[in-house]
Amino acid sequence: MELSTTYLGLPLKNPLMPGASPMAHKLDTVRRLEDAGAAAIMMHSLFEEQITNQQLAEFAHTEFSADSSSEASSYFPRMEDYALGPDRYLEQISRIKEAVNIPVIGSLNGISMGGWTDHARLIQEAGADALELNVYYVATNPNESGTEVEKRTLDILEAVKASVTIPIAVKLSSYFSSPGHFAKQLDSSGAAGVVMFNRFYQPDIHIEELEATPHLELSNSTELRQRLRWIAIIHGHIKADIALSGGVHSFEDIIKGIMVGANVVQVVSTLLKNGPEHLTGLLTDLNRWMEEHEYESIDQMRGSMSLAHCPDPSVYERANYLRVLQLWKV
Amino acid sequence: MGTLDANEAVASVAYRLNEFFAIYPITPSSAMAEFADEWAAAGKTNLWGAIPSVVEMQSEGGAAGALHGALLAGSMSASFTASQGLLLMIPNMYKIAGELIPFCLHVTARALATHALSIFGDHSDVMACRQTGFAMLAGGSVQEAQDTAVISQMVTLRSRVPFLHFFDGFRTSHEVSKIALLSDDDLRCLIDEDSIAANRARALTPDAPMIRGTAQNPDAFFQAREGCNTFYQELPRLVKEAMAAFAARTGRAYRPFDYEGARDAEHVVVIMGSGAEAVGETVGWLNANGAKTGVVKVRLYRPFSVEDFAAVLPKSVQSIAVLDRTKEPGALGEPVYLDVVGALRQADTAGWLSDTHRIRVIGGRYGLGSKEFTPAMVKAVFEELVKASPRQEFTVGIQDDVTGLSLAYDPEFEVVPPGMKQAVFFGLGSDGTVGANKNSIKIIGEGTDNFAQGYFVYDSKKAGAMTVSHLRFGPTPIRSTYLIRSAEFVACHRFDLLHQINVLDYAKPGGIFLLNSPGDPLTAWQQLPRELQEQIIDKKLSFYAIDASTVARDVGMAGRINTIMQTCYFAISGVLEKEEAIAAIKYAIKKTYGKRGDAVVQRNYEAVDRTLENLVKIDYPATPTSSVRLSAIVPENAPDFVKRVTAVMLGGKGDLLPVSAFPVDGVWPTGTTQWEKRNIAEEIPVWESDLCIQCNKCSMVCPHAAIRPKVFTPGCLTGAPLTFKSTEFKARDYPGLSYALQVAPEDCTGCQLCVQVCPAKDKSNPSRKALNMVPQLPLRDAERDNFAFFLKLPDPDRAMLRDDVKTTQFMRPLFEFSGACAGCGETPYLKLLTQMFGDRLLIANATGCSSIYGGNLPTTPYTTDACGRGPAWANSLFEDNAEFGLGFRASLDQSKIFAEILLRGQAKLLGDDLVTAITSADQTNEAGIEAQRARVIALRAALAGQTTRDARTLVQIADYLVDKSVWVIGGDGWAYDIGFGGLDHVIASGKNINILVLDTEVYSNTGGQQSKSTPLGAVAKFSMAGKSLPKKDLGLIATTYGSVYVARIALGAKDGHAVSVFREAESYVGPSLIIAYSHCVAHGYSLSQGLEQQKRAVACGYWPLFRFDPRRAEKGENPMKLDSSAPKGLLTDFTRNETRFQMLERINPERSAMLQKLAAASVKERFEHYQQMAASRETPPSETPTSNT
Repeated sequence: MELSTTYLGLPLKNPLMPGASPMAHKLDTVRRLEDAGAAAIMMHSLFEEQITNQQLAEFAHTEFSADSSSEASSYFPRMEDYALGPDRYLEQISRIKEAVNIPVIGSLNGISMGGWTDHARLIQEAGADALELNVYYVATNPNESGTEVEKRTLDILEAVKASVTIPIAVKLSSYFSSPGHFAKQLDSSGAAGVVMFNRFYQPDIHIEELEATPHLELSNSTELRQRLRWIAIIHGHIKADIALSGGVHSFEDIIKGIMVGANVVQVVSTLLKNGPEHLTGLLTDLNRWMEEHEYESIDQMRGSMSLAHCPDPSVYERANYLRVLQLWKV
Repeated sequence: MGTLDANEAVASVAYRLNEFFAIYPITPSSAMAEFADEWAAAGKTNLWGAIPSVVEMQSEGGAAGALHGALLAGSMSASFTASQGLLLMIPNMYKIAGELIPFCLHVTARALATHALSIFGDHSDVMACRQTGFAMLAGGSVQEAQDTAVISQMVTLRSRVPFLHFFDGFRTSHEVSKIALLSDDDLRCLIDEDSIAANRARALTPDAPMIRGTAQNPDAFFQAREGCNTFYQELPRLVKEAMAAFAARTGRAYRPFDYEGARDAEHVVVIMGSGAEAVGETVGWLNANGAKTGVVKVRLYRPFSVEDFAAVLPKSVQSIAVLDRTKEPGALGEPVYLDVVGALRQADTAGWLSDTHRIRVIGGRYGLGSKEFTPAMVKAVFEELVKASPRQEFTVGIQDDVTGLSLAYDPEFEVVPPGMKQAVFFGLGSDGTVGANKNSIKIIGEGTDNFAQGYFVYDSKKAGAMTVSHLRFGPTPIRSTYLIRSAEFVACHRFDLLHQINVLDYAKPGGIFLLNSPGDPLTAWQQLPRELQEQIIDKKLSFYAIDASTVARDVGMAGRINTIMQTCYFAISGVLEKEEAIAAIKYAIKKTYGKRGDAVVQRNYEAVDRTLENLVKIDYPATPTSSVRLSAIVPENAPDFVKRVTAVMLGGKGDLLPVSAFPVDGVWPTGTTQWEKRNIAEEIPVWESDLCIQCNKCSMVCPHAAIRPKVFTPGCLTGAPLTFKSTEFKARDYPGLSYALQVAPEDCTGCQLCVQVCPAKDKSNPSRKALNMVPQLPLRDAERDNFAFFLKLPDPDRAMLRDDVKTTQFMRPLFEFSGACAGCGETPYLKLLTQMFGDRLLIANATGCSSIYGGNLPTTPYTTDACGRGPAWANSLFEDNAEFGLGFRASLDQSKIFAEILLRGQAKLLGDDLVTAITSADQTNEAGIEAQRARVIALRAALAGQTTRDARTLVQIADYLVDKSVWVIGGDGWAYDIGFGGLDHVIASGKNINILVLDTEVYSNTGGQQSKSTPLGAVAKFSMAGKSLPKKDLGLIATTYGSVYVARIALGAKDGHAVSVFREAESYVGPSLIIAYSHCVAHGYSLSQGLEQQKRAVACGYWPLFRFDPRRAEKGENPMKLDSSAPKGLLTDFTRNETRFQMLERINPERSAMLQKLAAASVKERFEHYQQMAASRETPPSETPTSNT
């Protein structure tokens, strides 16, 4: 069975890879993922806030108290003469790169123009084969238009592209008015791939403390449908590769992803729950199913259920909505 | 050339030439030790390719011992110290000198604590070492300090005589100056390798065993002591040879005594240290104006080479004024004076000088505790010298209206070398003004041919401290070792400072004034007080304004205006071409902050770019237009002393106060912070009475006693200001009362702890709490009146005091408005202490943060209640505080015993009932205390008119019959390190003493050096690589006695627990030890989150709360009670929020991970140990306290 595929120009032995997650924190886990059959290693995200806020906070907490007192010109050791080690993240990329024989993809997460984009270059220098740019943005400002949000994302892509030569995939949220149009713009701006979609940290409410609290739950298969619809719609309209991310829990989910047009399928929640070795089972099941159904290759399957090729495209369109509602009535 | 301060220059020399450093922090020398530690941590090598070993000791005494050992074992060793630290080294200095061991001790000369502590510069510490046998070599400038450091090292190796190398604390140690640096090659060329080899050959080793440190009997000691004489006789020659070699290498020539001035000088000043530069500068001016004067600069002070002194003294000299920067009460004169007098006599005898009897020699004191020493004062000294009958003993720089010793001087007289430019900047500590000015000095020093000098003055507050930067630059080396009086450029970086100090007094006519003015810069003129407008007009100043705070906020650097104001300075002053200046500033930003990350650099770049478009030159009218007047420094109703003395000091004119204005013995009135209204908070909390649940937690956590609750009868509200808020008191036990929560608007520091702790939220809009921060300025006047009214409301009856948070906060705090940091974690404990026991409290306070915000002039925070009672506070030293407190206890006990003896002796007169009632009184609660006070009043009334000695004595000491509460307070540097021996002894004494350790886990006051309380994995100074061992468990150690009440508390995590512990500790008749978690700026996070961090520290098991009460053991119960529940979450939940832990993750992630793992294991193990102790049915051996009150 030919499971190989390509993503971001990288030849992959199969379409299954872990998504950005804490799994890349430990070298041991990374090796287990490779052994389990992962086609590539996706790094956890390096957040813009992690870079800039940490720098600014450290600056504020050490500098604002300095030179205020006769007895204490500072409250922390001077950094000038100390060799600061390379960023832990970059070091981890290098380590992973040395430890595995599959491609390693860095992940950079941010929403503004600025110095943090320089880290794309550092990620490349650390050995990453490609970069996933995660434009995680919650539009809390009602005065900001969708066009402005899109423009900023394109600007960031441009800035990052200017500093690296490795391919870049852009990870999108599902809240764009016209994801297809935006994916096309990214495509035109040189994105080698789009990843659909980001999963937002949805805050919870603490009803005793009257506080909003950060909250993240693992995904479930129901989240897959949204990805399937939009990948199906976009497939065939862009040159860039497509990665499905979110809600993949079974081999059937993988098959669906490929069928709507994904080049690769990213898996996180089920691996976090069941361990890296679960990936082997998914691949085995995928292989078995394809054999049973006499598929020859992944390429053969890819896009078969996209909007363009689907026997009944209306299910991806508004008609589907109306019909579902009517079914409820019944 | 390099631009740096003397501490860095000297440390660099010492580091490169030594193998071992034993260090301990003490101002102003700490920076040298910090440099050595940082360089070692960064892997810098000494001249021979090895990384020196740097060990922090528990005290300077410990450091001296370690040094002595390392030296005997053959290592080239050095250290840095000052003042009290130097005194602690003296015993070993005698040993090291007696054993002729090459060694160089670098000292930033500083005042010794006498009537008061002073961290500032004079020679009283080094003068206390004259007998030790150390050679003493002084450097008078940054350049000289560096150069004499290497000369000291050269000679000690060759001569075997140890050197005390010193330079003036602050004036030289902290002055940033452009100097010629010594390269490694210079040092290699100058240091004699043969001497090093010879030194090594003398090392104590079992391969060639010998014995040192013998005890000698009368038959041997004296002769053996005289054996060293030749070494001292040879020393001046060796110094001269070394100086000659140094001159040959560097071109900078020194001699044991250097002379500057007219060869035919008739009047000469002899002086040592930085003051010699000011004298030299003045001599030049005087001689250019027809005088014949000169100055002899003493460099090699010990041994005092009469021959070399005679060689430089002009034969024409008729009179000499010897200036000493120390005081020796009762002596014929100060040390240098006596040496000069003796030297003249000996020189005459030896034939090096003749007819010295005709030379008049007078002696004067100057510059004690960094008192200014200016050309005007030098001129006054020379004017005294030419008089027919000059004063034999004098002082200069002060006005002595008591003994009349001081010389009058013309304060307007200045010596400004041609081409020198001067600038003065007024800023706040937190706004980065000093840091930016240090950069500016480097930009000018290294980017132009100019010489440059920077000197920085700070006030004694930790929150909202004013800084004054004095910058000079010019074409010739700068020798002005004093502050700038009139500057071409004056900048005020915070508008409110205009009301505190008249910044324009420093402006030269025709100069430039730059103001950071809030709002539209074009309104700056109108905002100015009229008096300043008048000065601007009179002096024809060019006036520039910028709203730097807004620019800073816009670029995401709120509060950080340094880069903006620095850019303004360069843009306006014309020191450099504008483009060149901006490039230089950006280069400096990159260099300074590059390692902090690009985000920091970019924000600063943006600040630079945005500055010029916001800077405005203000055109002003020919006459003043403002209706705003400078406000009085203290209000009219302030006490007389505050108006006469304190207010003058607050206004920055303390130098003008005469001797008679001051107490003669260091005794000052308490409660003076209430008169200093600093207005440093941009925002203050506002109370929403409808939401408030009256828990009083806000008051509990307020570090500055700036938010207070009161309950009172509604009738008290008569005459309340219109905006005064009150509401019904929500307490079933006290119906019908009113409740008010009031902010002291001008004393609040804006730390937000009260808002953070406030649990009451608006159910419809939870972002609105019962306390919310709002801008202070619009509220200032109204809230000032409200606070004044609030203070007049009656205080509650102390009998209602219960051991809970709520009622303790109704008690008047007798510790208020201290200069502690905004959000300080220590001061809430002190405030609580004064609320619970303040009216009968004696505090022995170790030197450190708590002694600085507790007792640093001009104003002090401990105050009195309506009856005039309040904490009596004293600081002795750093190292002896527990013992000091023991003395309090012993004295109180003795006085009480004596009073009871006298009382029983008066039984016939007083009646047995009263005597018995007094001697058997239960004083364990507020009611008992009050009842005993009433009995004492009755006692005094009964004894009124009695004339017997015993009756009169009893009347005098009767107050001792009322119990007093003795508290020994200090930080972890004291309790865990330098004072541990004493603390251990005191808790073992069984005496009724309460010890409160304000544990910040570092030496906070001196700038965050590690103590034995520093936690595993934290980065601190002297622990740059992260501390590798767990903190000492002081509490656990104390429990092993079984007779000590021990508790660990964290007010932010469990405030009620802290209250209970205070009560239990105080009531325990025996020693009590409370270890109080105190968040601190040295932990590196916003202190507004300090309470949350305390909660996390307790929740994860890092800071287990417990009480070990021997009284429980007496009842057969387990004395140990663990008051923390089992740890929840991870240690990293706590550590990840603090820079002290996070820094290591950035510097060395592997080590950080490894240490965090060890730390987690250590925390877990300790918690389990406590659990076992608390679960055990067995009680540890207990001893009943042997003594009580």
